[in-house]
Amino acid sequence: MTIMQIIFLIVGAVILGSALMVVTTGNLVHAALWLIVTLFGVAVLYALLNASFLAVVQVVIYIGAIAILFIFAVMLTRKEMRDRGPQLNSAWWLSAIIALLTFGGLIWILQGWSDFARLPGDFPTGFDAVGLLGNALVSPDAFVLPFEVASVLLLAALVGAVYVAFNRK
Amino acid sequence: MNLWTDPVNFISHWLMSLLTGWGIAEWLANFLIQLIGVVVLVSMMMLIDILLVWVERKVVARFQDRLGPNRVGPFGIIQPFADIIKLLIKEDITPDGADRVVYNLAPILSLMSVLLLWAIVPLAPVIFGVDLNVGALYIIATGAIGALSIIMAAWSSNNKYALIGAFRQVAVMVSFEVPMIATMLIPTILAGSMSMGAIVQSQNVWYVVIAPLAAIIFMITAIAELGRAPFDMNEAESEIVAGFHIEYTGMKFGLFYAGELMHAFTFGGFWAILFFGGYRLFGLENLGPLVAAVILLAKALLGYWVIMWVKYTMMRIRIDNMLSFSWKFLTPLAFVILMATALMNAILRSVSSGVYIAGMFLMNLVIGLVVIEIVRRQGKRSRARVEEPIHRAVAHP
Amino acid sequence: MIPLSWYLTLSAALFSIGLFGVLSRKNAVAILLGVELMLNSVNINLVSFWRYGDITQMAGQVFSIIVFAVAAAEVAVGLALVISVYRRRNTVIADDIDMMKW
Repeated sequence: MTIMQIIFLIVGAVILGSALMVVTTGNLVHAALWLIVTLFGVAVLYALLNASFLAVVQVVIYIGAIAILFIFAVMLTRKEMRDRGPQLNSAWWLSAIIALLTFGGLIWILQGWSDFARLPGDFPTGFDAVGLLGNALVSPDAFVLPFEVASVLLLAALVGAVYVAFNRK
Repeated sequence: MNLWTDPVNFISHWLMSLLTGWGIAEWLANFLIQLIGVVVLVSMMMLIDILLVWVERKVVARFQDRLGPNRVGPFGIIQPFADIIKLLIKEDITPDGADRVVYNLAPILSLMSVLLLWAIVPLAPVIFGVDLNVGALYIIATGAIGALSIIMAAWSSNNKYALIGAFRQVAVMVSFEVPMIATMLIPTILAGSMSMGAIVQSQNVWYVVIAPLAAIIFMITAIAELGRAPFDMNEAESEIVAGFHIEYTGMKFGLFYAGELMHAFTFGGFWAILFFGGYRLFGLENLGPLVAAVILLAKALLGYWVIMWVKYTMMRIRIDNMLSFSWKFLTPLAFVILMATALMNAILRSVSSGVYIAGMFLMNLVIGLVVIEIVRRQGKRSRARVEEPIHRAVAHP
Repeated sequence: MIPLSWYLTLSAALFSIGLFGVLSRKNAVAILLGVELMLNSVNINLVSFWRYGDITQMAGQVFSIIVFAVAAAEVAVGLALVISVYRRRNTVIADDIDMMKW
């Protein structure tokens, strides 16, 4: 059991535990806060995978923008400061069965893949992943087109969200 | 390597040999040494924080033409200790209906997000926490945690006014993050890397000469991120009493207050690192790492003084003016400067350094003058629109 | 050395938990929280395949950045819709938003 494996097990337990709290807790603001713990765990996971840029971008975008948006939305769509009543609908046992079947099915399919327990290649020190990523995002024979289309998508989402949520008095 | 030229490595090697001599396993000794390093850095920062309380109160007093604390010790220097003792012995009230876990966690997260920033500050060429290759983004990430702690504090206080203050404050912080990222990209482009150490090392000419507009906009957005006047929505005392920390008493409020002061000092430090050469001062930093650290802290204090100067001179701006200032003025301006800097950097890359500096400075000057002219015309037009009925009423016979 | 199977199992479990959240929650905002969990699990998959494959091929990281952008856009529009519905119908329970049912 190397140190990295222990760290992975701890981080994995944090991610799965807080994800379970997100989907079962009754208090919605608590659910948003547990989501933040999950997102933080995923950021640590990216750092374990040597994707440092993605780890920081995860914190900036997910925790710094999306989670705050969720908390605002939860606070703006309640009639009073507290939640009441159960938060799971009447068919929750069926959803649990479907979720378990999905998990089992995914693992069963992956088991049949020969390379399932592949070990990582080594990561040379001084490997400029950020520079390569930047080049890939703007070079014409790499991924500049999806990058530009994603920016158009964000513009459309911006205009759409402002228009939909606009309060015409 | 000896203690003067490379103190961190020297001390850690000595400690490692000491600990393994006692029979401790190497990985545990390594872990303990890292832990000691973290504790030393955090303790130094908290000591500076105590000094900052005194500095703040003296400076605000001088700006308001009075003396400030001068009774407790020579020049009032023991005043912060009196403040700390007062905060510690206050009664610790938790409001009825507050969410206890979140209520207690919020001030801790607020202070933690500031202390995390000091991990990437290069105090000297050999004294730094970690030289992250995405340092500029890391600053934004910790700002995001700070915004989160404000919402947690306000919501868990079970208080409508706290919630309103926090909503406004977080809206301001999130809006001003966009021009901040754009202006932080300018030293990144000029240095070729996002890491703070690389940005300092490549400032043979301070970036404030090459990109003065970026320095100004970074300072404005930093003041907005800090939540200080003229952008202090969280302490709009005439409007919502004390904002998101209404319900906090005693040392929890002390944590918020200390965190705010240290946050301001930290952003003074980042202003110095990104635009004023960091620990470099015409070669003085080669005298030794401690000299370099003192130079950086002195520049950080100067940046902190500028932040305090702005706070105690300007009035608070109304919330909708604040947000439109960010989205309609600063964001387009920051992106225009970013594009112009990248363009000029690519064009002038191979000329001599004098022509380069003059070219970039002139480009900034031109953009600044054009922007001032546009804003002046806009202001004249909107003033004419408001004053026209008055003129018509007066001129009517 | 951590085998790839650990990462894939973790992301499959996170996906299933997100799926449970989407299918079983009453509040519309809570359903969107489940969707976020599923998108995060997909991202973990993409990044771990980048790391365990050829690290000079940036396709994994680029795809994951596009997923970040798509998730942010979807959350923004989704929450704008939820807030707009709340203003008209004064509820965010997904079962009560049934004006188009016959």
